[in-house]
Amino acid sequence: MLPPPRGLVVGSGGGGLAVHGRKRSLVPFALTCAAILFMGLFLLIPLGAVFSYAFREGVRAFWASVSDKDALSAIRLTFFVVCLTVPLNVLFGICAAWNICKFRFRGKNLLVTLIDLPFTVSPVIAGLIFVLIFNPAGKLGGWLVGRDIRVLFAVPSIVLATAFVTFPFVAREVIPLMQSQGTDDEEAALMLGAGGWKTFTRVTLPNIRWGLLYGVILCTARAVGEFGAVSVVSGHIRGKTVTMPLQVEILYNEYNFTAAFAVASLLSLVSLLTLLAKKVTERNRRIKKASYYGQPKKEERMDYVRDSDYRRQ
Amino acid sequence: MRKSRIEKTLARWAGRRRRPRVIPGFGLTMGITMSYLGLIVLLPLSVLFFKSLGISAQEFLRMVASERTLAAFKLSFGTSIIAASVNTLCGLVVAWVLVRYDFFGKAFLDAVVDLPFALPTAVAGISLATIYSRTGWIGKSLSGVGIQGAYSRLGIVIALIFIGFPFVVRTLQPVLKDLDPQMEEAAACLGATRAQTFFKVLLPVLLPAALTGFALALARGLGEYGSVVFISGNMPMKTEIVPLLIMTKLEEYNYEGAIVIAAVMLIFSFILMLAINLLQAWSRRKMEVR
Repeated sequence: MLPPPRGLVVGSGGGGLAVHGRKRSLVPFALTCAAILFMGLFLLIPLGAVFSYAFREGVRAFWASVSDKDALSAIRLTFFVVCLTVPLNVLFGICAAWNICKFRFRGKNLLVTLIDLPFTVSPVIAGLIFVLIFNPAGKLGGWLVGRDIRVLFAVPSIVLATAFVTFPFVAREVIPLMQSQGTDDEEAALMLGAGGWKTFTRVTLPNIRWGLLYGVILCTARAVGEFGAVSVVSGHIRGKTVTMPLQVEILYNEYNFTAAFAVASLLSLVSLLTLLAKKVTERNRRIKKASYYGQPKKEERMDYVRDSDYRRQ
Repeated sequence: MRKSRIEKTLARWAGRRRRPRVIPGFGLTMGITMSYLGLIVLLPLSVLFFKSLGISAQEFLRMVASERTLAAFKLSFGTSIIAASVNTLCGLVVAWVLVRYDFFGKAFLDAVVDLPFALPTAVAGISLATIYSRTGWIGKSLSGVGIQGAYSRLGIVIALIFIGFPFVVRTLQPVLKDLDPQMEEAAACLGATRAQTFFKVLLPVLLPAALTGFALALARGLGEYGSVVFISGNMPMKTEIVPLLIMTKLEEYNYEGAIVIAAVMLIFSFILMLAINLLQAWSRRKMEVR
């Protein structure tokens, strides 16, 4: 049951209306406990378990599994994939945002919907698509194999699948922010004689930098952790086409739990850093907006729309 | 006659072209956006579309209606709906607590809500499977009362609850923050009971956002693979979800089978996306009216 107005007024503290002389309701306490219990059970315990199992056999075993040859090559491949896909997505995200926010043209809404498309596609299906295109029995796949270019079950298809899955992240963060800032600043800069590039680097980029950074962080986190799509196209060739999440899977299926959780704990560390970075950039985005508009209430609302808008990650 | 119409159209086009754009870079950004979108997303997706068109309708239906496929769809929908419902109820409580109350560690809890977004699904999968297995931290006490956690349908639901949790909280939070406690105070002053205040004052306002969160969690649950594959046990007909079935068909080089199931899945997710967009529009309208 949700708390009644009485309990809520007392519990909210800043609610304004203090109900004098009434006994504090137990409902807020009970609800808070329920929320903490639920989140503890479903979120915190799994997270804690990763680290606990990783260090179960001591730091030495952890270090041995992390510095294993296959683990290192998985880390290297993941790093390589991230270094390729994230800049591509940043370039695309900025271009798409500039295009959508600074100009008016027909079919804009359709474009925005299309950018979201990869969110609605199951990762397995995303992988399947690239298998269909590049399998040696197909036309393109056969042609490529004839020229000894390996795409499927090799690094290129992993990069493609990751690019597909992480496609909307940067654009989705930058577009609402740029939209909220309008075109006045850029027009002023252009009128004062700045060129297009200078306007972008000196005016637009500083305005969107926190949103962009946040998009990059989300995109990186997803690119590092993508499992379904990559699993379909990678072929699981040890030391060659195995990314970190796939390495976790392989080790786990070999009942090598400590090693699996050791690699998993590295991935968890990345996700914890993501959460931290999210908090930091969020605060910075708010400060920036408040000083820029001087209307925190309205801007807060903008922020919510954004938050609720990020869909399938 | 026809020529003049073409000329008119051309003149209109030219007129539009001539209207000066103050800000430069339209062609460049449009070019990059469209070519990257086309190359990475649209072209690959259209391949799936055309390949599924190449399969005759009879064959298509036969493969979809096979016992194993139907069982997988039933399981996927059933578990996703249960998990999304649990998430809607618990997410409502968590969002309420995070918005309305102050307590020690609230900022931390608020940050942790996003954990399922940030944590790679494979990590979540092995962790949940280990905890809920018979020897795991929680699975041990569950098996004490005769419930099998991991490697059962319950395991799938647990993984989907984990994966879908942030959606409901994050869609409800802004609506709750916008909700003035004075509304509830007014209701109480006018003599409403707690239940009446909840059902007649709060629920109508929260419903669109809650439904949006439900639909988002459902959509995510239907497509989820990474976390479920570890905890489900993957027994055909029993704990085999649709994405896993696609994976199995691919491993058997049964491309047609995989295409058919993927096409059906895609149709469902497009319908869900449409529903989510409508729900969000409804939710936004409701916020604006107030």
